[in-house]
Amino acid sequence: MIDKFVSSVAAAVADIGDGATVMIGGFGTSGIPSELIDALIEQGAKELTVVNNNAGNGDVGLAALLKARRVRKIICSFPRQIDSHVFDALFRAGDIELELVPQGNLAERIRAAGAGIGAFFTPTAYGTLLAEGKETRLIDGRHHVLEYPIHADFALIKADRADRWGNLVYRKAARNFGPIMASAARCTIVQVREAVPLGALDPEAIVTPGIFVQRVVPIVGVAALAMPQAVA
Amino acid sequence: MHRFSREQIAARVARDIPAGAYVNLGIGQPTMVANHLPPGREIFLHSENGILGMGPAPPKGQEDPDLINAGKQPVTLLTGGAYFHHADSFAMMRGGHLDYCVLGAFQVSVRGDLANWHTGGKDAIPAVGGAMDLAIGAKNVYVMMDHLTKSGESKIVLNCTYPLTGLACVNRVYTDLAVIEVSTQGLVVLDVVDGLPFAELARLTGTPLTDGTAGRAAG
Repeated sequence: MIDKFVSSVAAAVADIGDGATVMIGGFGTSGIPSELIDALIEQGAKELTVVNNNAGNGDVGLAALLKARRVRKIICSFPRQIDSHVFDALFRAGDIELELVPQGNLAERIRAAGAGIGAFFTPTAYGTLLAEGKETRLIDGRHHVLEYPIHADFALIKADRADRWGNLVYRKAARNFGPIMASAARCTIVQVREAVPLGALDPEAIVTPGIFVQRVVPIVGVAALAMPQAVA
Repeated sequence: MHRFSREQIAARVARDIPAGAYVNLGIGQPTMVANHLPPGREIFLHSENGILGMGPAPPKGQEDPDLINAGKQPVTLLTGGAYFHHADSFAMMRGGHLDYCVLGAFQVSVRGDLANWHTGGKDAIPAVGGAMDLAIGAKNVYVMMDHLTKSGESKIVLNCTYPLTGLACVNRVYTDLAVIEVSTQGLVVLDVVDGLPFAELARLTGTPLTDGTAGRAAG
């Protein structure tokens, strides 16, 4: 019987090795797989390359992973935030490498990796610092920049519900990078609020089909944390 | 000198966005435009993290951490709104589907070059987000900014000195002194704040300007 459920976050992240490229879902704190990140910190893998839209908030989650000095390089679009002091200090000290990517290129490079695309041309960033040294081409009278996919060894994402085949549905805007990161990683690990039986998810409404998912960990108690006051 | 207040600038931008438009409001000052959209006018607000039909902030105590805007503030979803993933969201932005975006800026050049993501300072932490995608992707790129820096230099310039966000992408600039269209003939002033003579606006701006205010009601 196919069963992608894993009993603990520790077991789910046990084989993430030093030097791995790890995509982490979430936008700010919405959709951040906090329990999986905490397990990765506990597990101890280092010299990681992390792909996330931001570079951590406050002192928890991704910020805690950075603070523990486990991340050699971060690929992101918006590191500077009101509470990004952990990243800011590491960056100013030269203790972390930053690859700054326009957010749409970040999303499309991840999507391209998942879809087997070798590279693509986009007008975004043409003529700016973030396209320096990159190949360009004039297509239909418009300048484009060549961009390559971002592949990952692992993706850590958060969804709302999953079945044992790894089919996923998300909650509101916490979906953000989940579906594309799931497709771009060799091994996608998902934390969910609720495990449901096969057939409980409406096939018309499954957002990420299980083919993109390798492991699922239900997190007991997340529902209460994630939805203090659900809006109807 | 009279100046448009930030609320007045936001109201002026809101006035120019027609019913049925798909609109992305950048973080910071442009977010204020949402407060001035006339209640009867149906406009679709897009939030880059994956929302169409974004509504106003929820009442206190009803915030949902899974429902935030691009600035990470709690929002709501209007009836009929939709959620989608990041690649779809940026396809809307990069694929020419948004009718308007409203962005803040450090500088705008006479050709409509935009600089709004990085001061280039040695110790500055760069952050770009979706600015470059909106700059090349939205059908109309509107900028809201102060006309002058704190030290009195014009933010409308012949050539941007800050790192660029996009080339020749800005269509219109709303400042505390004027509304200026970027046209193929150069910068055309559509509105000036009451009591500011056109010649004085031109002197403060320091770039060639065409007076297009004739026959228009001041904002």
